[in-house]
Amino acid sequence: MTDARALLEVEDVVTLYGGGRSFLRKPRPTVRAVDGVSLKLIAGQALGLVGESGCGKTTLAKTILGLIRETSGTIELDGKIVSGVSAQQARARRTTIQYVHQDPGAALDPWWSVGHALEEALRIHGIADRGERRQRVDELLEAVGLDASFRSRYPHELSGGQQRRIGLARILVLRPRIVILDEPTSGLDLSVQATVLGVLDNLRKRFGLTYLFVSHDLSVVKRMCEQVAIMYLGRIVEMGPTDEIFARPRHPYTQALLAAIPKLEPGLLEHAPTLPGDPPSGSAPQGCVFRMRCPFATAQCSEARPPLVSVGNRHVAACVRLDDISTITRN
Amino acid sequence: MMQTDTPRLEIRNLSVAVGTDEGEARILDRASLKLMPGSIHGVVGESGCGKSTLMRAILGILPKRGRATEGNVLLDGRDLLTLPPAVFRTEIRGGQIGFIPQDPYQAFNPVFRVGTQLLETTRAKAADNARDARADIIALLKAVQLPDPEHALDRYPHQFSGGQRQRLLIAAALASSPAVVLADEPTTALDVTTQAQILKLLRGLAEARGLSMLFVTHDFGVVAQLCDTVTVMYAGQTVESGPVARVLAAPLHPYTKMLLACHPDRSAALSGIPGAVSSPLRPPTGCRFHPRCPSARSECSQMIPPTSVHADQQRVCCVLYEEEERV
Repeated sequence: MTDARALLEVEDVVTLYGGGRSFLRKPRPTVRAVDGVSLKLIAGQALGLVGESGCGKTTLAKTILGLIRETSGTIELDGKIVSGVSAQQARARRTTIQYVHQDPGAALDPWWSVGHALEEALRIHGIADRGERRQRVDELLEAVGLDASFRSRYPHELSGGQQRRIGLARILVLRPRIVILDEPTSGLDLSVQATVLGVLDNLRKRFGLTYLFVSHDLSVVKRMCEQVAIMYLGRIVEMGPTDEIFARPRHPYTQALLAAIPKLEPGLLEHAPTLPGDPPSGSAPQGCVFRMRCPFATAQCSEARPPLVSVGNRHVAACVRLDDISTITRN
Repeated sequence: MMQTDTPRLEIRNLSVAVGTDEGEARILDRASLKLMPGSIHGVVGESGCGKSTLMRAILGILPKRGRATEGNVLLDGRDLLTLPPAVFRTEIRGGQIGFIPQDPYQAFNPVFRVGTQLLETTRAKAADNARDARADIIALLKAVQLPDPEHALDRYPHQFSGGQRQRLLIAAALASSPAVVLADEPTTALDVTTQAQILKLLRGLAEARGLSMLFVTHDFGVVAQLCDTVTVMYAGQTVESGPVARVLAAPLHPYTKMLLACHPDRSAALSGIPGAVSSPLRPPTGCRFHPRCPSARSECSQMIPPTSVHADQQRVCCVLYEEEERV
């Protein structure tokens, strides 16, 4: 896909849920939560993973992290294959990948001060000297834009944005190379969101981090990521450089997502076509996963899963009607 | 948008104080806004700026230790704050004012059928005509474009998606044919494509039924797409109001400018607004934004800034515009 070195390479990964049969019950249906996803993370870059709730973003993130075992496919980290092993081993081999939860505040112990929580992580990682730990905690706090006075604060004294920054400081202790950010700004006010995004940007430059940025908010992804992958029902339907995707979205789903963002210019939404129905859940239909909601769907779309085909410089999309659609939308 | 001079709903210098263990918190400080007939008015501000308390004051459901210390809430000229609770319950809530809550996942009781819950409000009002009530609700479900409206009432909340539940709640808010609808961030919990559907639906319903709607949100983008006019709130004070296009194109108050600059469409650098919203227990004197304001002067902490009126009825409370026409 590119000349730059891929730090993480995910190849045709499938993650299934369910299946089997519980005691004295009917067999449970299998859900293909991640259905043949391939992507690459380039060192030092950010890849945005975008889609509606239930599209498999978080499952993919957790599969990459090693919390959920992939059913098939390979994951290659820094040139070494780290997939196909038990969950315990998977985490051991992927310590350079860390995960920031959607609500890191909930992960903080209410009885522990911020300093205590951060020092704990350092102690576990074998830094025995108390003075050094204190100094590292101050450095971490400073890195996320907080000062040393936060060391003595308790989680309930922190605002939502501050809690998220402490959550970031906590994973920095582990010196990760890849950070998976799961909806890092959901539930925050725009002003706080801007601050948190600023911190994320600084950390990336300062520590040379690589981000997998999971979000349903395209406008945030646009600001933060060099590459975007659009996911729908377990599959990537379009992927490419952010500028390219925003300027020339090719897949009808990407087009609909972009049109749905409430922009600051009044009246745009009124004329934009809205996607009918709800984000589906459960099993994907035959053929193209998006065809049930697609305004351009024809009989052809139900025949086979469309593969990702190149539509520009490192820009791929999975749709059999790409050429027809670009003529229709141009007119 | 209809243009008449008398507002359907007017908040005039409303202050609300809530007693806490640490003293009295002045959540709202002389907040004012006007909702004109047939228009959608956005109320925008960060968390903790008093948006929800404003809603609760209008609906007469302030917290137990909360009370309005001054000001008026006028619905068609009638002051709601003077009404006895019984009148409020029978005439205002679920009567003349409909309410759409924020979280469609929490608004329903999971163990009762949707129909039981939707008909509960109408049953309380007009017990005599159960069959009509059911037909009315089904008609409303059609109006909110819920799939399979005839059978929806016999289903349970978990059988609906988030967007569908929000449609059910919109139908419930409209059940009493209210003239005024309050919506408290009704699309925050939804996906962006579902949000677009709901915003279009609300816009259509408001036009078709001549509703006046007060729409609370923290997203200026939603205001731009849905509302005719907007009020910007900061720490319990209403700092700026006017037609949406005007406020977006030429914001006057420093807070409005900074809030708009945080929007991903506008911001060049990711800075946010330094500092945090002040605690209502110890609010700053004068203009509550002055500790965070880049243009603050010495008098900002000493006086309540005057309201000045600009072109297109754009109003701003800030000393920077003192020399303009006063109200």
